[in-house]
Formats: sequence, C-alpha cells, structure tokens
Amino acid sequence: MIDQRVAAKERTRERYMDNVNNRKQLLRWFNFILLAAGSLLFLSPLWWMISTSLKSMVEIMTPPTTVFPQDWLWSNYARTLEAAPFARYAANTIVITIIVVAGNVLANSFIAYGFAKIRFKGKGFLFAVVLSTMMIPGFVTLVPQYILYAKLGWLNSYYPLIIPAFFGSAFFIFLLRQFYMTIPNELIEAAKMEGASHFYIWRKIGIPLTKPALATVAIFSFNGAWNDFLGPLLYLNDSDLYTLQIGLQVFKGQVSTQWNYLMAGSLLVLLPVIVLFFVFQKYFIQGMNLQSGSKE
Amino acid sequence: MNKRFLTHKQKEGLAGYIFVMPFIVGFIALTGGPLVFSFIASFTNYNVASDMEFIGIENYAQLFTADQIFMTALWNTVYFVLFSVPLTTLGALFLAALLNQDVPGMRVFRTIYYLPAVLSGVGVYLLWMQLLDPTTGLINIALGWFGIDGPNWLFDPDWTKPSLILMKMWSVGGSMLLYLASMQGISKSLYEAAEIDGASGWKKFIFITVPMVTPIIFFDLVTSTIGAFQIFQEAYVMTSNGEGGPANSLLFYNLYLWNKAFEAFDMGYAMAMSWVLFVIVFVITIFNLKLAPRWVHYEGGDDK
Repeated sequence: MIDQRVAAKERTRERYMDNVNNRKQLLRWFNFILLAAGSLLFLSPLWWMISTSLKSMVEIMTPPTTVFPQDWLWSNYARTLEAAPFARYAANTIVITIIVVAGNVLANSFIAYGFAKIRFKGKGFLFAVVLSTMMIPGFVTLVPQYILYAKLGWLNSYYPLIIPAFFGSAFFIFLLRQFYMTIPNELIEAAKMEGASHFYIWRKIGIPLTKPALATVAIFSFNGAWNDFLGPLLYLNDSDLYTLQIGLQVFKGQVSTQWNYLMAGSLLVLLPVIVLFFVFQKYFIQGMNLQSGSKE
Repeated sequence: MNKRFLTHKQKEGLAGYIFVMPFIVGFIALTGGPLVFSFIASFTNYNVASDMEFIGIENYAQLFTADQIFMTALWNTVYFVLFSVPLTTLGALFLAALLNQDVPGMRVFRTIYYLPAVLSGVGVYLLWMQLLDPTTGLINIALGWFGIDGPNWLFDPDWTKPSLILMKMWSVGGSMLLYLASMQGISKSLYEAAEIDGASGWKKFIFITVPMVTPIIFFDLVTSTIGAFQIFQEAYVMTSNGEGGPANSLLFYNLYLWNKAFEAFDMGYAMAMSWVLFVIVFVITIFNLKLAPRWVHYEGGDDK
C-alpha cells in the first residue's frame, strides 16, 4: 500500500521532471537561435567593411545593393596604400606602441609589487590615491599637461605620448596587484630569509609568476597605444611624425566619401588588433575577469 | 648602536617607497600638479601667449549665464549619458544572461560578441560613418528590405546622438564579459532550489541572477557614466574636424572644451569648464557610491 503510493509519487515526479527538461531543451534552442541571429547582426558591420573595400564606387552607388562584390577589386588596397604614406604612419605607430607597451609592463609590474608585497607606512592611503585617479576625467588634466609639455619644449615630439607610460596607470596597477595577491607571502619571506632583496625577488619571482597578467597588460596597452587618437592629434604637427590614427583622419579628408578606399584604409589599421585578438583571446578575457574580481 | 645603518623595518619601508616611487612622481607631475595648476588658472584669462591675469569667477559666471553654446554642449552630453549608459548596461546584461545558459557553441558566440568591443579608434568611426550613410550605408539598406525608410542619421540633428548610441551598442561585449564571468560564479544550487519551487526562467533571472551580479552592474554603471561624460573622439572624427555636427547636435562637452582650449586658445576658460565637468562627475560618482548599499548585494564576508 505504502509502496504503491511512493511509486505513484515517484512517477508523477518523473513526469514533472520530463516536462521541465523538455521545456529546458526548448529554451536552449530558442536561446541558440536568438544568439545566432545576434551574431550575424554583430558580424555584419565587419563583413560590410570587407565587402565595401573591394567594390568599385559605381557598384557602391548603384542599387540594387550587393552583399558580395561583383569583381573583387584587390587593387583598391594598392591604390589606398599609394594615396597616403601609410607605411610611414605604421612605422611611427609601431615605434610608439613598442615603447609604451614596454613602459607599461615594467613600471606597473614594479609599482604593483610594492603595493602587494611590501609593508610600508601610508600604503593604504597611497593605494586609495591610485584608485581615485581612475575617477578623474582625462580632460581635467589635459590642458595643464599640454601647457607643461609646451614649457618643456616637447610639443611636436613623441615624448608626451611615451613618457607617461613609465609612471604607471591606475587600472594596470590595480589589475597586477590583484594577481600578485595570489602569490603566497611565504614564498617572498623564504626568499628574504635567503638574503634576497625585494628588487631581486621582483625580477626572479614576481615577474615570472605574473607573466599571464603581464601579457594582459601588454595587450591592453598595445590596444591603447595603437588606437590612441587624442594624444597624437594634440601633440603632433609635423606630418612626418603622424601615426596611423591621425593618418587615417587625414586620409578621410582627402578621399571624402570614396567608401571603398576609406574602408580599405580602416581595415588595414584595424587588422593588427583583430589578429592580436584571435591569437591572444585568452589574455583579453582574463583581463576582463581580473577586473570583475573573479578568477578563471 | 646597531651595526646596521637601518633597522629591518626601516629597510622594508624604504624598499616600499622605492617601488611605488614611479607612481608618486607621475602623480605629482602629471595629475596632482596639473590639477592644482588648472584650478588656479581657471580664475585667470590664461591663453599661452599672454600673462595670467586674475579675473575672479568671471569664467565660471560666463559659463552659466552668458554662454549659450556651453549649455548646448552640456545638454548634448547629458542626453548621451542618459541614453547610452542604461542601454549599454541592459544590453550587456541581457546578452550575458543568454550566453550563461548552456547553449551549444557558447565559446564561439562569446568571441563573436566580444570582438567589436576590442576594436576602437578612427577605423571604427569611419566604418560607422559608412554604415550610417543615408543612401549607401548598410543600415538604411537593411531597413529598406523591410520597407522602412531610414532616417538621415549623422545628417539629421535629431538622429546624430542616436547614431552614436547605436555605435556604442555594437561594443557592449566588453561589459558583457564582466557580467558573464560573474554569472558563472553563481552557485548552481540556488537555481536548483528555485526550480523545485517552480520558478520560471524569467523569475530566476530577476530574483537570482540580477541580485548576484549587482556588484558588477554597479561597477559598470560608475565607470561607463564617467566614460560617457567624456565622449570626444567619436564626435570629433564623425563631424568634419570637430565642428560639432548639424545644428551643433554633436557638440559634446569635451569637444567644446577642446575647441576653446586648442582652437581659440582660451585656456583659462577651458580649464574652468574642465573643473565644472570634474565636479559634475564627482557628485554623480559620490551619489552612486552612497546609493549603492541600497541595491548592491555583496555576499557576506566576501571582501571584493
């Protein structure tokens, strides 16, 4: 009697769970279709850029619109590269980017080690200062910084673009400090017992153990330097010094609405970032996770 | 006397200051010093060439009483913040919730949605100028497939700001990743308990997922509000050399500040503007911080 009742209850429960599972399955497919449609929407601008860059202006202007170019005019790229000194711009950008990335990796790793692994008076206060600098709108210091650089005679040079990278930046210090915190203090203490200085420990233990986080810093600061528009716009006058971002802006003025050339130029400038993204995606995602305070 | 010159503790402290020294020097030279200078200079008529003459609060008085264009720029910026911040936050949250269900191909989707967020700079702005082009752009062509006559986007003062907001929506993938990471840390047992009580998917989202990710929503709101107030490059590139677009509809706060400082070289005035912006952003951030305990859910004992 009791057994029967239990069995009946079990059956209703199973039926109920089947129902739930079926609904779950349906929901999963609904989600999948929604996400797939969204993906097409998100990718369409990139496809449109590639496709437009290979069309002729006649094809772009005359309806009906083509999704794939009629003739793939690879010559658009050659014409774009001829129209403006992109190689020059690229060389300038690469030089600036390399120095900025090196500065950011070194300085922020050094500073973050101090905040994470050494005890000293006023550390809490100083770290609060670090975090509060993230709240200051950049334009508040832009004008006085410009005046400072003007007085130093640094206008129309790369100094204003690269020197600040060697003094650390709040976001990177915060990111690396989070990562340093995961290194056990016993490790540092043991090395100190052996007579190692903090500088030695930072070089021999700190840097090797934080390599993944340093990769994240390197990638984010690469992205920042490569895409920097404001700095070069303000500080560089001489067209020999122009970076890709400024070059592209000048190019826009030259070709006006010849979309095929504009898209070809834009794609060439964006390409290194896209390639970097696919190669080092792991570090991009890791950086975002560190930011949210969770570890993967 | 101790044989050593410094005690162990002093040595340790000295090492600490040496390590954080680059930050201190950088802060004084590039942030703190400039802040003090610009505050003082905001009460002068400084313009690179002339001497600095103190003119009291004249710059500030002019901003709020006489400068009609300043009011336009402030309004444009507030409009942009009010729409772009909630829309991008909701978009990122919604997208993360969809990805958090165990759908097939989640990693591929995550990559696709994140990719636009890592792209920035002039290349992206030029791409969107093309997408938004009234006749040859993808958006109006696609709207045409559904029989919709699209607006003139960047050429119509009513549509310029929505154009930029649309462009911002394309890069919600960055904050989407933050939400996703946080959602994946939510314990499965919470959802299972809710399911036994017969909660629907929507209810689970509202009553479990959202409360658990409120710390990230808070972080996202604070940083994206600060970011949105500073919109500049988009407007500079997408209107011809920063003139502010049709009917000044894209003349944002920082664009006007830029024009004052580096086109008109009215730097005292520009610095007064920058301090007004600083105060606005500061007040909003403090307001956000004060309001946070009312709706942000921190798990007990977990110090983040």
